[in-house]
Amino acid sequence: MHTAAEAPLNIVVLVKHVPDTQFDRSLTDENFTVDRSESILSELDEYALEAALQLVEAAGGKSSGGKVTAVTMGPDQAVNAVKKALQIGAHEGFHLNDAALAGSDAAGTSLALAALIRYIAGDDGVDLVITGMASTDGETSLVPAQVAERLDLPQVTFVSSAEITYDGDAPVLRARREGATHTDVLEAPLPALVSVTDQINEPRYPDFRSIIAAKKKPLHVVTLADLGVDASAVGFAGAWTTVDSAQPRAPREQGVIIMDEGDAGIQLVDFLESQKLL
Amino acid sequence: MASVLVYLDHPVVPLSKPDRELLTIAAAHGDAVVAVGVPSVENGVAEALGEFGALAICLPTRELDQFLVAPKAAFLATVVQEVSPSAVLLDNGFESKEIAARLGIKIFSGVISDVVSVGEGFTATKSDLAGSYLATAKVTHGTPVLTIKPNSVEPQPAADPELPEQVRIQCPETGTVKAARITRRDNNKPSTRPSLTEASVVVAGGRGVNGDFSVIEALADALGGAVGASREATDAGWIEHSAQVGQTGQVVSPQLYISAGISGAIQQKAGMQTSKVIVAVNKDADSPVFEIADFGVVGDLFTVLPQATEEIKKRRS
Ligand SMILES: Cc1cc2nc3c(=O)[nH]c(=O)nc-3n(C[C@H](O)[C@H](O)[C@H](O)COP(=O)(O)OP(=O)(O)OC[C@H]3O[C@@H](n4cnc5c(N)ncnc54)[C@H](O)[C@@H]3O)c2cc1C
Ligand SMILES: Nc1ncnc2c1ncn2[C@@H]1O[C@H](COP(=O)(O)O)[C@@H](O)[C@H]1O
Repeated sequence: MHTAAEAPLNIVVLVKHVPDTQFDRSLTDENFTVDRSESILSELDEYALEAALQLVEAAGGKSSGGKVTAVTMGPDQAVNAVKKALQIGAHEGFHLNDAALAGSDAAGTSLALAALIRYIAGDDGVDLVITGMASTDGETSLVPAQVAERLDLPQVTFVSSAEITYDGDAPVLRARREGATHTDVLEAPLPALVSVTDQINEPRYPDFRSIIAAKKKPLHVVTLADLGVDASAVGFAGAWTTVDSAQPRAPREQGVIIMDEGDAGIQLVDFLESQKLL
Repeated sequence: MASVLVYLDHPVVPLSKPDRELLTIAAAHGDAVVAVGVPSVENGVAEALGEFGALAICLPTRELDQFLVAPKAAFLATVVQEVSPSAVLLDNGFESKEIAARLGIKIFSGVISDVVSVGEGFTATKSDLAGSYLATAKVTHGTPVLTIKPNSVEPQPAADPELPEQVRIQCPETGTVKAARITRRDNNKPSTRPSLTEASVVVAGGRGVNGDFSVIEALADALGGAVGASREATDAGWIEHSAQVGQTGQVVSPQLYISAGISGAIQQKAGMQTSKVIVAVNKDADSPVFEIADFGVVGDLFTVLPQATEEIKKRRS
């Protein structure tokens, strides 16, 4: 049974600063990286943060020593993702900022994030690493599994519910995952890595008080040297993949739009026939 | 000729179209070798893999099926060591992507996901930023690991098929201890319709269907297509979550996507805007979905769709 008397829960949430999907997004001409001028905390990572806050609250909240640490890796302005996470409710933040990180692929990103998580874990350890289901710019969904591999953690990904139960004294994460053909109940011993979908919860919004409170929360900026990571292992230098070219797809042109005057269904079928789609 | 390793978690006969596509791509780039996630394959599976060019099947020494990805990635890394393939191909499902991700770290190799075509030297074409860009990418370190989307090639049986040799590969002892496990599996209710990501026709409904998917289903069935939905429709519980198309649902690129009662929010577009032909039915002429429609009807879906369904049936008979 789950009792609040258990050891405090330490959760690290990975949050990414991404271009806002509400604006047109583009790749830079120079090296096909994403143009980040209009960026926000990835909305898919808000679900991860909310899941972390709920797990700590269920375990007795910060009073029991439970803690949610929001971390990001990215250029100067990426710190805004961590600030937003602190406003929403994270207790502490880390921003890994280093010029050598530019151009990192999933392998480099996971290497740097894994080193950062180890650094944060220090002596207390980390019980859970929670991530979004995908970053809305990279969309690879590779980073969570690669972080798990590098930290030798079991991983439970794309879950629509997550709770902590106990097997004797040992904490176990229990989660649900809804697939195309089946739904699974999954279990993993802690520490573990979890990625969550937008089905898991309704993320909370920061209110005025939490925005003010966030200003007093610890926010650390660290570099690769602090983590003991060699600069050549990340960024363009350490990438294991390259993008050779990228073209915007020809924008879709608006086709024929008709008003239904009683025979639109027939005209629709005429159109399908003209396109040889019947 | 160098081999190309294909990972198929649990192949069954008849082989699924994505399985046949992966084998076709492998055979076009080398000797196709299959690794499976189960210690033995059912009757007929070896023959079926052979028909699509597989020369060998590598099987793990023990059951891996109740585990999530970590032990499967460890097994696959061992297979890569033994076989030294020039590339590893997997499907693009979430489990396979995770196996690929972990495998990449284990064998110090680059991974490219969401691949839509594989060229010379395993150059991969993939879509970026929700399908608004088409990029070519290459693995520059290690053995290329690619996860490939369905409908990337036309499956092609081998010219002179052989019965593949079955090779048992010792699973590494680490890996299963700390792995996550599947403790319960409930199958969704079986459907006679094609699966959403593989279907060549998708008919999708949104909030505009107002709880009644029957007109969507009838048109999908008349066209032999799959049924899709917006998040509003799945969140309302009108249809199962697995039908959701979009940024956080399935990404589809069928020959024909019919959108009905869906406004066309950016997250919905992210899942369907690479469809070959898009048809939209919406009663609001200002809906953004019309900006990307090849053919749009401003009208009530409850009159337009049934009329189209009847007309298709009439022309077919
Ligand atoms: C993090 C995040 C992820 C998301 N992921 C997804 C996703 O994967 N997929 C997705 O679809 N959405 C997703 N959304 C939601 C998305 O932003 C939109 O809210 C959603 O797509 C709207 O669904 P809809 O078009 O069905 O509903 P609405 O926007 O309400 O549109 C309903 C449309 O139906 C029309 N209509 C009503 N009655 C009729 C009728 N009788 N005949 C014809 N037309 C009619 C109306 O004119 C209207 O245009 C996501 C949102 C967030 C924040
Ligand atoms: N640069 C980053 N900083 C922090 N978290 C990240 C970063 N990149 C990816 N992530 C995390 O990994 C998840 C999946 O990202 P991706 O693999 O890029 O689709 C995101 O939702 C984040 O939680």
